[in-house]
Amino acid sequence: MSSVVSNYSLPAPQESPGLWTLAWRRLLGDRVGLVCLAIVATYLAMMMASWAGLVARDWNKEKGVSYANPAFLAGAENLEAREVTNRDFASKAKPVDLSDIDPLAPRYKEWEERAAKIAVTEVKRSETLPFGGDKWGRDVLEKAVKGSEVSIFVGLTAALFATMIGTVLGAMAGYWGGKVNDFLEWFYNIFTSIPYILLILAFAAVFKRGLDTIIVILALTGWTGIYRLVRAEYIKHCGREYVKAAQAIGASHLSRMFVHILPNASHVILVQLSQHVVSFIKAEVILSFLGLGVPVDMVSWGTMLAEAQNELVIGKWWQLFAAGASMAILVTAFSMLTDSLRDALDPKLK
Amino acid sequence: MTAYVIRRLWQMIPTLAGVILLIFFLFNWVGGDPAQVLAGKISNPEQIANIRKQLGVDQPYWYQLWVFVQQVFTFDFGRSWSTNEEVSRILLTRVGPTLTIMVPVLLLETTLAVLFAIMVAYVRGSLTDRAIMVICTTAMSISFLVYIIVGQWLFGFILGWFPVQGWSESYWRNLTNYAPLPIMLAIFVGLAPQLRLFRSFFLEEINQDYVRTARAKGLPEKKVMLKHVLRNALIPILTNVGIHLPGVFVGSFLLEVFFSIPGLGREIVTAVNRSDFPVIKAVTVYLAMLTMIVNLLVDVTYKLVDPRVSFK
Repeated sequence: MSSVVSNYSLPAPQESPGLWTLAWRRLLGDRVGLVCLAIVATYLAMMMASWAGLVARDWNKEKGVSYANPAFLAGAENLEAREVTNRDFASKAKPVDLSDIDPLAPRYKEWEERAAKIAVTEVKRSETLPFGGDKWGRDVLEKAVKGSEVSIFVGLTAALFATMIGTVLGAMAGYWGGKVNDFLEWFYNIFTSIPYILLILAFAAVFKRGLDTIIVILALTGWTGIYRLVRAEYIKHCGREYVKAAQAIGASHLSRMFVHILPNASHVILVQLSQHVVSFIKAEVILSFLGLGVPVDMVSWGTMLAEAQNELVIGKWWQLFAAGASMAILVTAFSMLTDSLRDALDPKLK
Repeated sequence: MTAYVIRRLWQMIPTLAGVILLIFFLFNWVGGDPAQVLAGKISNPEQIANIRKQLGVDQPYWYQLWVFVQQVFTFDFGRSWSTNEEVSRILLTRVGPTLTIMVPVLLLETTLAVLFAIMVAYVRGSLTDRAIMVICTTAMSISFLVYIIVGQWLFGFILGWFPVQGWSESYWRNLTNYAPLPIMLAIFVGLAPQLRLFRSFFLEEINQDYVRTARAKGLPEKKVMLKHVLRNALIPILTNVGIHLPGVFVGSFLLEVFFSIPGLGREIVTAVNRSDFPVIKAVTVYLAMLTMIVNLLVDVTYKLVDPRVSFK
């Protein structure tokens, strides 16, 4: 019997392109989307390089004078820096001679000898830095690069966790329905009846400060929107033939939920993930600014902006610009990429 | 209608119970021992035990929960842990300044966004439309912090049009003197996302058949846009305003922090920094209640805006 069938020489079946292949092709045709993708990829590469210590490793070194001018403003006057230098100079002036009344005067010589033994290396501080310096003479550009590491890391991980929570809960509510759905809807209502900012601050009040905390807070408060969308997708897909077919061949509940339905809802999840990265990066900046975010020995765009507030009054705008612009470029690129992704994944919308 | 409202109110009870449980879980369980925080670094076990007794955290959890429920319904949250001011008094005195800022913001922002959105939607696809959309996207990507820092510096410090920060006792002085700059900045920041959103609402309506019919029967463009399209787009706009309404009471805490406005938002930030749990608990519970009621009101107003809506 089988030999009879194999005698027919069928033309090789043409494999039709899947959702992701099609989406990728559409994305390739979208010039704006590609540019945004390139920008986002550059930021990610920069973040990885900074994390691996390839760039901006010594962001914390005080290389320039206080509020060093940016290289393109080399000639401009820098009153603050001069003041600091004058102060240094004054401290080196000879102190008033007190040797006739000071009971410790006989030991002056001994101290001087000992002081001479300690090697003091004078660090030559440069007058200008590529994009200016902050109060302690640290390079603003390196700070911005290092700050991107924290900000993007927090945004990405928090968005990943929030998406995971939202997806699992949404899948459960949509797939099981009934009591599980009622319970999770109740849970959802609780979280959404508290204004979002207040929810974040309430969580921040009880947790300790730190990078991991901020990720946990954003993830625990940010899952609601994803939950709702994933739930809707699961309700839609649950009754479809392919799920029934999977049940017929004996696929378990878990397998139906996450092997069969999940890939069909994944485009929604991906767009949501990307949207949440953007909003979490913004949230991290604000939380760090309020002092609820990263610890003092780290730098993020939020802490840079916090410093920049006082600098602007004395006319030092570069730190504000560096942090604000690097964030704005990333966020614009990321949100436009999200739009392109949505168009590519769901051509019906537009 | 009455039956609908009663049923909705009835459904709020489990949600409210959940909110109370969540807040209790956060502050009485996850929050750890507040006595350790309050006693400071130099403290002996006796002192800590004393403070624990004073706060009532030495009681079993079910009893603490009962006390919390009583507090919610008697509006008596005791005194602030850090300033010893009565919590109810804190809430009442701080709401005023917040509303002074946020009510004008909400009204102006919504009006301006609707106006601009309908204009932009009318010339959709044109260069103006695309230029405004690009500007909006760029404006949205800049952090709120940057707007406030630069705005305060430019208008308050350099140009001197407004006081850099401050607040007074007199309502009119606040509204005419101290409030304009924060209000302006909030509108400036809020306008871009609202404009984009409302534009999409209008675009959805403009492509409908009834618009073509209205034009076909010779109605002037003004009437088509302002009577037909605007009215139909009001439903999603209303929903959107409803979402933002509860936030009005928290205010923009960033603005309040920057301009030292003694409002609720700044109070919450201070309370978070000082681990002043009673204040945060009270604000969270009452705002959650308020949000639920506002949601109900928004649903009821749908009926006023659109007679087709029926309550099941």
